[in-house]
Amino acid sequence: MMRRAQITSTSIAPTSRSATRRRRATLTLLLASLPLLAIVLIPLAALLLRVQPALLTQHLFEAQTRQAIALSLTTTAMATLLALLGGTPLAYLLARRSFRGRAALDTLIDLPMVLPPSVAGIALLLAFGRRGLIGQYLVAQGIEIAFTPIAVVLAQLFVAAPFYIKAAAAGFAAVDRELEQAAAIDGASPLRVFSAVTLPLAGPTVLGGLVMTWARALGEFGATIIFAGNFPGRTQTMPLAIYIGFELAFERALTLALILLACSFGVLLTVKRLLGQTLRPL
Amino acid sequence: MARLLGCMLLLLGWLTACASTERTGGLAAPETATGSQGELIVFAAASLSEAFQEIGRTFEAQQGARVVFNFAGSQQLAQQLAQGAPADVFASANRAQMEAAMSAGRIAAGSERIFARNRLVVIVAPDNSAALRQLRDLARPGVHVVLAAKEVPVGRYSLEALDKLAADPGYGRAFRDAVLRNVVSYEENVRAVLSKVALGEADAGVVYVSDIAPGSEVGRIEIPDAFNVVAEYPIAPVRDARQPELAQQFIAAVFSPAGQATLQRYNFLPVQP
Repeated sequence: MMRRAQITSTSIAPTSRSATRRRRATLTLLLASLPLLAIVLIPLAALLLRVQPALLTQHLFEAQTRQAIALSLTTTAMATLLALLGGTPLAYLLARRSFRGRAALDTLIDLPMVLPPSVAGIALLLAFGRRGLIGQYLVAQGIEIAFTPIAVVLAQLFVAAPFYIKAAAAGFAAVDRELEQAAAIDGASPLRVFSAVTLPLAGPTVLGGLVMTWARALGEFGATIIFAGNFPGRTQTMPLAIYIGFELAFERALTLALILLACSFGVLLTVKRLLGQTLRPL
Repeated sequence: MARLLGCMLLLLGWLTACASTERTGGLAAPETATGSQGELIVFAAASLSEAFQEIGRTFEAQQGARVVFNFAGSQQLAQQLAQGAPADVFASANRAQMEAAMSAGRIAAGSERIFARNRLVVIVAPDNSAALRQLRDLARPGVHVVLAAKEVPVGRYSLEALDKLAADPGYGRAFRDAVLRNVVSYEENVRAVLSKVALGEADAGVVYVSDIAPGSEVGRIEIPDAFNVVAEYPIAPVRDARQPELAQQFIAAVFSPAGQATLQRYNFLPVQP
């Protein structure tokens, strides 16, 4: 944890001068932020400017577009739910228990976030594919994963779950332990303490992590195309439809790209609003 | 504060320097470094990877120029060209993508020439656990087939071949529909089809004959000529090439006896210019 620096002012400057200085500093900061802002915003603007509204609505009602949107929404919802169920105990473990190998486990969870997505896809295929480490036994039981919607969910879970785990762990770590102890002294069971004290207090951070996981899953491409393949209506999520549609259906790809952008932006913004997590100047 | 601004200026300077080397084709290789020659950027279909790399190595040794390849699905290359990507030569796996690059104004109409031909073949997984022996077996329920997406030349050829089979009384439409029901994925390019069959994740796939590397473990089922689709590969210089002379020389190298022999070694059908 970083300690907050103590600022002690030795002389009290007249307010007008310090205000001017503050304004100048703000302006400098703004100028310094421009290059990176431009790199982020200009491509997005280019995307928006290229779209013809008439075509947008036309492509919106095409079967392949609708299939991709529906598949993306269902698989990402599933992946987010699984991240919540499977990731919460793990996050709690990381936040509250010290054990040997904790640092290694923590780093291991970071890995999928930095792996190239195609590596994730190959790894998943070698694990759960028909000839995979585990997949070969599943096939013997008649369970096939590769090239199915389940593979899509697994790919999303693999790359996106760490976002939730990390955020939830940070949230749990920040909860005041004394409040939990007080509840425990009053006779609440550990599970009750968790659901009535820990979770509500860590709530905003946890929810924020969940949304990041969902957004990352929505944009997942590399692992999906390798592990789940590309089949319209079965494994072709929005990012896959955008990539494949780049040539024959450039306008359709654009339409999907825009929907994806609007979805991500809208949800991220809404959640930030709800949580009051928007950056407030100190 | 002044120091921060100084840092920002330095960073900006570095960014613009990067941007200016970017225009010379990625790596910061000043054009003078390789004598008067410089760097040739070749956009080529994924199926040409090995053959073109070999032709490129010979070309580099002879011309003293660097050849930078961009291998991808032809449809992606055409799209990149349409979006203004810098390139000197474009070699496509079909006419349609060459024409796409033409209508985008990057290739002059009539400047393209067919330099190689290719045909389709069915590949089966190395262990062939599905016991596929003949084309007919592809229609058996439960067989996992991967094809290239119809947006990729080889994908469209595969569907054409299936249509030809459907028109044949010996196979019929039921055969085609059964095979299409067995398709589990439409891959983004021909190499992805090959990889998934080679891994055994799919039982069979349709690729170009030239995609099967010598010594590859995948099995083959031939598609008779009557149903096969002959793919034609056109090559052309890019209109606004930064290396127009080198571009012409590279195309000449592809048509040279040595170049054609290389293509043949990688299972392409050479053309007689």
